[in-house]
Amino acid sequence: MKKKILCCIGIVLACALLLSFLQLLVVPKYASASREGNLIGEYYAETTPHDVLFVGDCEVYESFTPPTLWEEYGITSYIRGSAQQLTWHSYYLLEEMLREETPKAVVFNVLALKYGVPQSEAYNRMTLDGMRWSTSKIGALRASMREEESFLSYVFPLLRFHSRWKELSWEDFEYLFTRAKISHNGYMMQTGVHPKTSDRVGDALIDYTLPQGSMEYLERMRLLCEEKGIAFILIKAPTNNYKYYWYDEWDAQVREYAEGHQLAYYNFIPLCEEIGIDWSTDTYDGGAHLNVFGAEKLTSYFGAILAGHLGLEGHKEDAALSAIWQEKLDAYYRERNGTES
Amino acid sequence: MTFTSASFLLFAALTVLLYFTVPRRGQWWVLLVASYVFYLFAGVEYLAFLLYATVVSYVVARLMQARADAEDAFVEANRDRLEKSERKAFRAKEKKKRFFILVGGLVAGFGMLAVLKYTGFAAGIVCAAWTGMGNEPFEIPDLLLPLGISFYTFQAMGYLIDVYRKNARAERNFFRFALFISYFPQLIQGPISRFEALSEQLFATHAWDATRVRSGLARVLWGFFKKLVVADTAMIAVKTLVTGSDTYTGAYVFLLILLYSAQIYGDFTGGIDVTIGLSEILGIRVAENFNRPFSSKSTKEYWRRWHITMGTWFTDYVFYPLSVCSPMQRFSKFSRAKLGNAIGKRLPVYVATVATWFLTGLWHGAGWNFIVWGLLNCLVILVSQELTPLYDRFHAKFPRLVASGAYGVFQMARTFLLMGLIRSLDCYRDVGKTFSLWFSMLTDWNLPQLLTGGWRTLGLTGAEWCMLGLAILLVFAVSLAGKKRPVREWLSTRPVTFTLCACGLILLILLFGAYGIGYDASQFIYNQF
Repeated sequence: MKKKILCCIGIVLACALLLSFLQLLVVPKYASASREGNLIGEYYAETTPHDVLFVGDCEVYESFTPPTLWEEYGITSYIRGSAQQLTWHSYYLLEEMLREETPKAVVFNVLALKYGVPQSEAYNRMTLDGMRWSTSKIGALRASMREEESFLSYVFPLLRFHSRWKELSWEDFEYLFTRAKISHNGYMMQTGVHPKTSDRVGDALIDYTLPQGSMEYLERMRLLCEEKGIAFILIKAPTNNYKYYWYDEWDAQVREYAEGHQLAYYNFIPLCEEIGIDWSTDTYDGGAHLNVFGAEKLTSYFGAILAGHLGLEGHKEDAALSAIWQEKLDAYYRERNGTES
Repeated sequence: MTFTSASFLLFAALTVLLYFTVPRRGQWWVLLVASYVFYLFAGVEYLAFLLYATVVSYVVARLMQARADAEDAFVEANRDRLEKSERKAFRAKEKKKRFFILVGGLVAGFGMLAVLKYTGFAAGIVCAAWTGMGNEPFEIPDLLLPLGISFYTFQAMGYLIDVYRKNARAERNFFRFALFISYFPQLIQGPISRFEALSEQLFATHAWDATRVRSGLARVLWGFFKKLVVADTAMIAVKTLVTGSDTYTGAYVFLLILLYSAQIYGDFTGGIDVTIGLSEILGIRVAENFNRPFSSKSTKEYWRRWHITMGTWFTDYVFYPLSVCSPMQRFSKFSRAKLGNAIGKRLPVYVATVATWFLTGLWHGAGWNFIVWGLLNCLVILVSQELTPLYDRFHAKFPRLVASGAYGVFQMARTFLLMGLIRSLDCYRDVGKTFSLWFSMLTDWNLPQLLTGGWRTLGLTGAEWCMLGLAILLVFAVSLAGKKRPVREWLSTRPVTFTLCACGLILLILLFGAYGIGYDASQFIYNQF
């Protein structure tokens, strides 16, 4: 009897192992398609703290380049952003990061404020699946899940992605235990050029009030930073495509909020010329997002603000840190110059 | 809370845990509370209807029982004083009184079902006639249809008839009776149980029995496999074929017949497996509802094997009473006198058969497709009955052929396809369209198109088609292997093999099941009845 019980336990354990393996196999690897899905998880590989933490959507992870900020100002930074990262995603990611480090400044891109309710399960997944389990992740899940989503499927992603058994590729085996590194401290490089050809503005809206749901999380981010003595900076990336249009009415509300709480708010849209952005060369998708050339210009410009107005000091004299960042820079230039696939 | 949801699994696990934790005398209370909690999950608004059916049938049964007890007591007390004929007359008088009470109960019970389920359908017919006369259409009411109402109403009404016939004694304890009506594993899709059989099980005490629990668990898992891997995967292609029925004609209709057969078999038998398996874990034996229906060699046999409890309900409570009721006896006499013995003898039986199948169709749904479905089944049965002498002559002429396995397979395939063809009325819903699609199988020769790539357009990938085919084969193989003794019974006595198979099944369900986002997780088809 004892032998039989042991045998049954063995089978159950083997089954659990097989299930774990299958789970690893079927979850999306985001290696060649929807690569943004890997951004959030890459933060955990960081070994040194940062002066500046960026949080937000594609307008941060494609508009600022931490290697440039280091190269030009000696400022260390990380971008914790992902595709359609909503305000509550940013809040919980920030909460998680501030448990590990205390930067001098936190920069939040305000475009996501326009969304007051969860938008898409796919984007939720790309942001939340990469987070490690913590109270922050649980909070983020509770705030983000749409009606059709279940908490259990985040605990056991097999329940969500089991249907991928029929589309498994070599990539799923290649990245079974690791993930493809796709960013440079959270910056996802785009080297292509596709000029902006239209100045079409966004369609008129019925109501321009920024949703209460997102504004509440903005306030929570502000309080979190205030509690830790961190400068909380609001920015709007210079891109202003009609699909992701930034209305003046929204801008006025953010400005009013920033002034009310003595926060710095930089809307880069009217500053494009001053920054030097050339829409015929500095965007890879017709003006919706910046490419690496535009991102470097914006980072240079913003770096001056961080170093000058906010008084952030560089760390180039720190040999150990310099060595680490030199490696990051090398990797960055390898990709930029096309010497790395 | 569908059987395949995570919340149901948690709910069932907690119920089982509590059931075997409380003192055994209180086990049925756990089931009663669990049943009402389960039904509350469907919607608090449905509860009133379940309570109504319970209270009405409880009161009516108690009234009939009181009269029956008084009748028996009177007869017993006056056995010496009354002549046999007097006793008979007294009993007949009392039976009539009980009959009126029964009719009151049936009207109240079926009345609720009729109002909720058929008002819209009847109003639709009236509206069509009304507009046909050149009037403005009126709004057709869209009434609430409580989950499982057809099942629990039929169970309650069957109980009333049993009490009237003195086949069952009315339950004195209201809460026990409430459990009989609401027992959650079978509440929403049957089987339709009889009071005498189920109450004995429900109110007995049950100890934990590892072998029995293993057997029940195996059945639950097998039910999940049939529902999630077979039925819900087939459903994807079925849905595509139905929504695109203008394009998918000819060979595609034939494919739909095959796929829908797999879907409804997996769906309904899967759900019943969960019901029976869960009951088995609790120590409660629930009536079987299926007995390898696709191995039937005739339509009559098929209906003895498919949805057995519904079939026996209609036979016992509709067909037999209708066949022997006084008006039918008079009709029988009349038809024999006027049409001769051969036709006159059959006619009343045929009338009762047509009425029974009409009601069976109506039970399945308020729609012409269901009525036509019932009547077509009836037609096939009656025609086969009429052709029986011809079959007998053929069988006598070719005894070797009839004895061969191939002829048996032919009979099974014929019955399967015939039933599948009629069943497709359930998919297309529109009777005219269904008939034209059947006709297209003879006129649209598009089999090459289906085979050379058409199958790819039906929502399933090549890998999924293969997986579905293998899953159907597995179901077929298990059914075949369990012909003498159910496979799970064999497994329940072998813990190691059981664990291996259970783990394997869980893996298959988790990986290949059609559940979660990306799939339109369907309710069990019979939940809608």
